[in-house]
Amino acid sequence: MEDMPIAKLEFNAVSKRLGQQDVLRDLSLRVPAWGGMALVGESGSGKSTLLSLALGLIEPDSGSINLFDEPLTPTNVRTQRQRIGYALQETGLFPHLSVLDNLCLQGRLLGHESEQLQTRARLLAEQMHLDPDMLKRYPIELSGGQQQRAGICRAMLLEPELLLLDEPFSGLDVVTRNDIYDHFVALANARRCSFLLVTHDLNEAQRLCATVAVLRDGRIVDHGPSERVINDPRHDYVARLVAAQRLHIAHG
Amino acid sequence: MAKSVFAMLVIVLLPAGGATAETIAIGSKNFPESYLLAEIAAQWLEAGGHPVERRFGFGGTQLVFGALADGDVDLYPEYNGTITRTILEDASIDGDADRLASLLDERELAFVGRLGFNNTYAVAVRREQAEARGWRDISDLAAVSDIDFAFSHEFMQRDDGWPGLAARYALEQTARGIEHGLAYRALANGDIDATDAYSTDGDIERFDLVLLTDSANYFPRYDAGWLIRADLPAAARERLNGLTGKLSDQAMRALNARVVVDGLSFSAAAAEFLASQGAIGSSADSAATVALAPLVVRHIQLTLIAIVAATVFGFALALAVHRSPRWSGVALYIAGLIQTVPSIALLALMIPLLGIGFVPALAALFLYALLPVLRATLTALGAIAPVYRRVAAAMGMSARQEFVHVLLPLALPHALAGIRTASIICIGTATLAAFIGAGGLGEPIVTGLALSDTRMILSGAVPAAILAMGTDLGFDLLERRLIPPHMRIGR
Repeated sequence: MEDMPIAKLEFNAVSKRLGQQDVLRDLSLRVPAWGGMALVGESGSGKSTLLSLALGLIEPDSGSINLFDEPLTPTNVRTQRQRIGYALQETGLFPHLSVLDNLCLQGRLLGHESEQLQTRARLLAEQMHLDPDMLKRYPIELSGGQQQRAGICRAMLLEPELLLLDEPFSGLDVVTRNDIYDHFVALANARRCSFLLVTHDLNEAQRLCATVAVLRDGRIVDHGPSERVINDPRHDYVARLVAAQRLHIAHG
Repeated sequence: MAKSVFAMLVIVLLPAGGATAETIAIGSKNFPESYLLAEIAAQWLEAGGHPVERRFGFGGTQLVFGALADGDVDLYPEYNGTITRTILEDASIDGDADRLASLLDERELAFVGRLGFNNTYAVAVRREQAEARGWRDISDLAAVSDIDFAFSHEFMQRDDGWPGLAARYALEQTARGIEHGLAYRALANGDIDATDAYSTDGDIERFDLVLLTDSANYFPRYDAGWLIRADLPAAARERLNGLTGKLSDQAMRALNARVVVDGLSFSAAAAEFLASQGAIGSSADSAATVALAPLVVRHIQLTLIAIVAATVFGFALALAVHRSPRWSGVALYIAGLIQTVPSIALLALMIPLLGIGFVPALAALFLYALLPVLRATLTALGAIAPVYRRVAAAMGMSARQEFVHVLLPLALPHALAGIRTASIICIGTATLAAFIGAGGLGEPIVTGLALSDTRMILSGAVPAAILAMGTDLGFDLLERRLIPPHMRIGR
């Protein structure tokens, strides 16, 4: 019998107000059991708030959030977070730890065996085309692109069921990025890890994710298979976004 | 290893035990005659079978009197003029022994066993300058415009000090304050031209100074005796009376000179005097030597406990308030306010609260160390980029794990620099703790200042400096050990 395809992350009619602003309004969203979903939107559209809610760093004003088919509550938030990988553009690699220690820290805190963690870290680094020599160094000694790859490795080290990715590929040069895209997708698929990718790069969204959701002013204004959302935009904001990026690519 | 380090800490941190009930605690101020008289009383009482504790070197009348009033000392040498004018603040009592006795009696104190000499104030000048310019009497100074008066801080404040003197002799020049222990040397060097002196001071001969005549009889009498608590055992009180009338002005000046000129230790000079009285055999050593080890240990106790407490408390406080700019501001403001109190004043402020000795000194040093630790830790916590806390939370870290693995290591470079600064300041400030009887390396410094004995000053100052440098080096090693190179704070 097949597993029922449950959603790994589910937002049900979530609203969140921060200060004077309604950041999310009555938002509903499902990140499916496998594959990637891209969350596209301009700065200030509520993408980061959505991730903070998914991580349980802040609580919704109304509505509910389910993680791995369980409502997210203050009591289970820590154990639920431990099942998630989180990578972001600034990487957040701890400056006082070597790259290897950064990769292994969460596993150590959870009581995994150190040697096993290190073996896995080396393997993962290799798969992400990160020179194993880099693991011994401090993050500051790595280039920006190397740091970002290390950050993604850290998020994936414990083979999480869900990855929350906050523009972890932006800022990489085109060649490196194309290289990493392939490795990342292969790894995620091999581990049956689904992911929510926050980006404003439609090209990246189409390349990595089966579905795309478009966020604007705290609402999902379009949602569907990547091909359809990008080639047949149903909201004029998406149409303008597509046009702008095509223009950008043409001139780039 | 950890165990033996712990045991060592316990030994280092345990303060020396206090006095037992029947032990008589003897105080003194921080000038040679006061030390000497206190030492005479100590040996005299010891010879009479009374155990004594020496708590010498208080930084002024208010401090030692406060200690007497609180019962931290049982007696100390004092002068009747000081009692009437500085302590009771009523000059009309001068010369009225009965009234003095009854006023002291109300305070459960007594002034007993007058020794026979009058150590009044005098104005001292350099002999060669006095001869060159024909100064014999204080009144000769009224017409002199190019004279640099510098008086001890106490003399500047006293009713029978500078203001009254200036009025009586129509001295219109201005005067500045100077630490009494430094004044004679400054005078002899020509840095100043006149200062207040005690008429029985052995330093007068040593520095070749002359005392100007007080033709207007401005200075009151300062007959020396013992200011005691009324609850002093009768036998001890009786014993002190045995010294009544044994020291003339001349004898006292000669005895003072044995210490400040000939370099005898207080205990040797006191023993010599008592032997000359046929009282007890002279037994004490002849040279002024200081046992360094206990002073160093005490100094380390003071600074180590204060720094550890300031670090723990400062870190906890910083953690509690660092998310609120308002409370951080309040905490820094209060710590800053404490820091503006001069260290000697902060030590003196502790006396009414905690008495004298180890504990109040510790409290003052702790308060002093708090600001650098708190400020550094708050800066450090504030400088941690929010992204690290976000990542830590996303990993599912507990608050404790976040503190140990993220906040602490990221705050450590700045925090350690703050603790380092606090420690160096603390080692220096702890030398002042001797003024309130807490011991430490300040003891030979204070005594040496009183004696104008450079060697004795250095015997405290040099180890204190070495201790500070060693501590600095220790922090350097600690930094290398704990903090990766790129996170070290450039020094």
